[in-house]
Amino acid sequence: MLEMNRIRKSFGKVEVLHGVDLEVRAGEVHALLGENGAGKSTLMKVLCGIISASEGTIRINGEERSFANYDEAIAAGVGIVFQEFSLIPYLSAVENMFLARELTNKFGLLNRKAMRRRAHEILQQLDVDLPLNAPISSLSIAEQQFVEIAKALSLDARILVLDEPTATLTPNEVEHLFKVLRELRRKGVAIIFISHHLEEIFQICDRITVLRDGEYISTCNVSDVDNDRLVEMMVGRRIEQSFPTKPDLPNETELVLEIDEIQLKRTDPVSSFYLRKGEILGFSGLVGSGRTETALAMLGAHPHAKRSMKLNGKEVNFAEPADALVAGIGLLPESRKEQGLITSFSILRNISINNYGKYRKGRYFIDLTKELTCTVEAMEQVGVKAGGPHDRLDTLSGGNQQKVVVARWLNHDMKILIFDEPTRGIDVGAKAEIYLLMRKLTELGCSIIMISSELPEIIGMSDRVCVFRGGGVVATVEGEDITSEKIMTYSTTGKLENAA
Amino acid sequence: MPHDTAMGTSVQGTKKMNVNFRQALRSPLVLPLVGLIVVSVLMGFASENFFSVSKILNVLRQVSINGILAVGMTFVILTGGIDLSVGAVMAFSGTVCAGLIVNMGMPGSVGLAGGLLVGLGLGVFNGILVAWGRMPAIIVTLATMGIARGLGLIYSGGYPISGLPSWIAWFGIGRIGIIPVPVIAMFLIYGLAWVLLERTAFGRHVYSIGGNETAARLSGVKTQRIKLAIYTISGMTSAFAAVILTGRLMSGQPNAGVGFELDAIAAVVMGGTSIAGGRGLIFGTLIGAVLLGILNNGLNLVGINPYLQDVIKGFIILLAIYIGRGERR
Repeated sequence: MLEMNRIRKSFGKVEVLHGVDLEVRAGEVHALLGENGAGKSTLMKVLCGIISASEGTIRINGEERSFANYDEAIAAGVGIVFQEFSLIPYLSAVENMFLARELTNKFGLLNRKAMRRRAHEILQQLDVDLPLNAPISSLSIAEQQFVEIAKALSLDARILVLDEPTATLTPNEVEHLFKVLRELRRKGVAIIFISHHLEEIFQICDRITVLRDGEYISTCNVSDVDNDRLVEMMVGRRIEQSFPTKPDLPNETELVLEIDEIQLKRTDPVSSFYLRKGEILGFSGLVGSGRTETALAMLGAHPHAKRSMKLNGKEVNFAEPADALVAGIGLLPESRKEQGLITSFSILRNISINNYGKYRKGRYFIDLTKELTCTVEAMEQVGVKAGGPHDRLDTLSGGNQQKVVVARWLNHDMKILIFDEPTRGIDVGAKAEIYLLMRKLTELGCSIIMISSELPEIIGMSDRVCVFRGGGVVATVEGEDITSEKIMTYSTTGKLENAA
Repeated sequence: MPHDTAMGTSVQGTKKMNVNFRQALRSPLVLPLVGLIVVSVLMGFASENFFSVSKILNVLRQVSINGILAVGMTFVILTGGIDLSVGAVMAFSGTVCAGLIVNMGMPGSVGLAGGLLVGLGLGVFNGILVAWGRMPAIIVTLATMGIARGLGLIYSGGYPISGLPSWIAWFGIGRIGIIPVPVIAMFLIYGLAWVLLERTAFGRHVYSIGGNETAARLSGVKTQRIKLAIYTISGMTSAFAAVILTGRLMSGQPNAGVGFELDAIAAVVMGGTSIAGGRGLIFGTLIGAVLLGILNNGLNLVGINPYLQDVIKGFIILLAIYIGRGERR
């Protein structure tokens, strides 16, 4: 169906794809695997005509093709669902599916009936039921993804690329997505599936192509490999995702933060929890269970219905994040690009964004020398790999960007740090560094709240875990009780079925 | 430690010269400077003594009002906002100043203070509506433009208020040594703005809001207060410009400054500041204002129809935005 041969691509002097092959058959789900920066996305962009290859050929059904732009690729039957959806939030599913190629009647007016019918047909084929007329923004992430897939199919896509489709889905939604993919496979669509979750690869994929650092490593059947072998191919060496050992916190460890009650909306459950000095408190739960919102509400960055909390035994009330900052609580947001960093600014400017108190001259002025030395110091402390403090943030890898956010708060002598999805989009090696860094912080007396959707991370890192469901904490587990079974049961049912 | 020391030393160990040079080339000042040099050289050919001290001072005097308005505009645009009310605020501020002195017989100092208060008040008004009212700056300041213009006309009855004491003229046409007062005022204001933007935490916060407002707020920047401050600064620079204008015209003109917001915005974007915010330098704006002044001057000199001049200026602004659109990905 699709053959990409010896694809090379250079940006300026840097070659990022060194002759990559990819061969996908009709009616298979083909996994494209590799660490961040392995060249998966670049390869897919070449396929879709978004960028052009420096060398190499693309054949579709044996015919050599080259696409000057995305439209030509679409016309040739290639569809891609990006990690960040390209849907217009205020338009409906139907309007989105037919955006820029609306069906019209003979007067040149929109033929809404025909579009609706067609959209309905396609979604029915996928066995998906969703409100066709509601604005996209009111649909769940999974539903939006189905709209994206349906959009690609309405363009008669024979080759469908899914870039990390499951990253933000709940297990049930993933199941549904897989059902849809199997249906598409049956219909003979060639699917290229990009994911970091290896267990999903084993669930849904037929064959796998592995890339590493822009090199083609190999293509094999899923049935011929196991988890360890895949990881080894991806990273070139065996890495066991290891977590630093947890410290033994005595029971009487002082409480730094006590949330006596917090309620997001009037209809949500009221939660209470506390954070001890030097511990990592995990916030687990499904996406949308209120973990991030609760953390943000604590800082005054998200509305709340009810809130009373004590910091070091004293009643506090933060109206905005700046107040929390003064009190020593820092946030490392979930989406580094949108909420954490100013990617067009230098490392220096990003680290020092809120640290001026530390190197102030007079009351309002900045001591530039001190700012620079402090920044370099902070960069070294967390191990940011970069040319220098003046490098722009968007030239750094995800792991290094995350370290910059950590450095920002370190530089500020924070007492409490909230890590929201600290390792999302970060490759295996850099993950381990972030974990070590978090432990180092707690050894220094910091307390950490870690919000994470990755269970191994929650289990491997947390001293205690608050499990969220439906907008509030349903249970807190610690020690031996931190197991994936218990956490999953709490987060899906809200209670632990007592062994009857 | 999660890293080895080699990484740490590589942070500092870059060749300094090289880096400095590359950075200089990437500075947003490069293009405006090139533009300024090109236009100046062209002017040098068109007019024989363009490079004389008196000519240069004359151009600077002509650009001073727009140059001062553009300072406030730079702050606002750096945060990703815009202030369309500057021209109208300036006119209102000038009429109030003149009215207080001429019609109400107040001492000159009260008149000046009244004018400045008008700028301050309308700036605060804009700031509160944008920051706490969460309304788009372009609409808020468009409304303020109408309000200020209308108030100025009501206050003055639609006629210029003249009969000001002669010392007011010093602000508009006076000189200290050979240098015109407005030029000195402009440079002082630019100097102050530079210190604010480059040497204070406040300045960094202004840039960070333009770069990524959410990130700035979540990392503890008081975004609403900063926004209030920048619109207030813009109101104040409008009022300063009003003082110079009043001195130059020796009257409070309720119809003055129509379309000045456009020139101020032009100076800012021609100076290399990104209209999306977060990127730009205050001295770029100064270069932009001077560039615009030389252009005005030059087009007059060559004898181009003034209506056609507006068309040409419009296209030059488009060109500046086109070039400065940046490496947005």
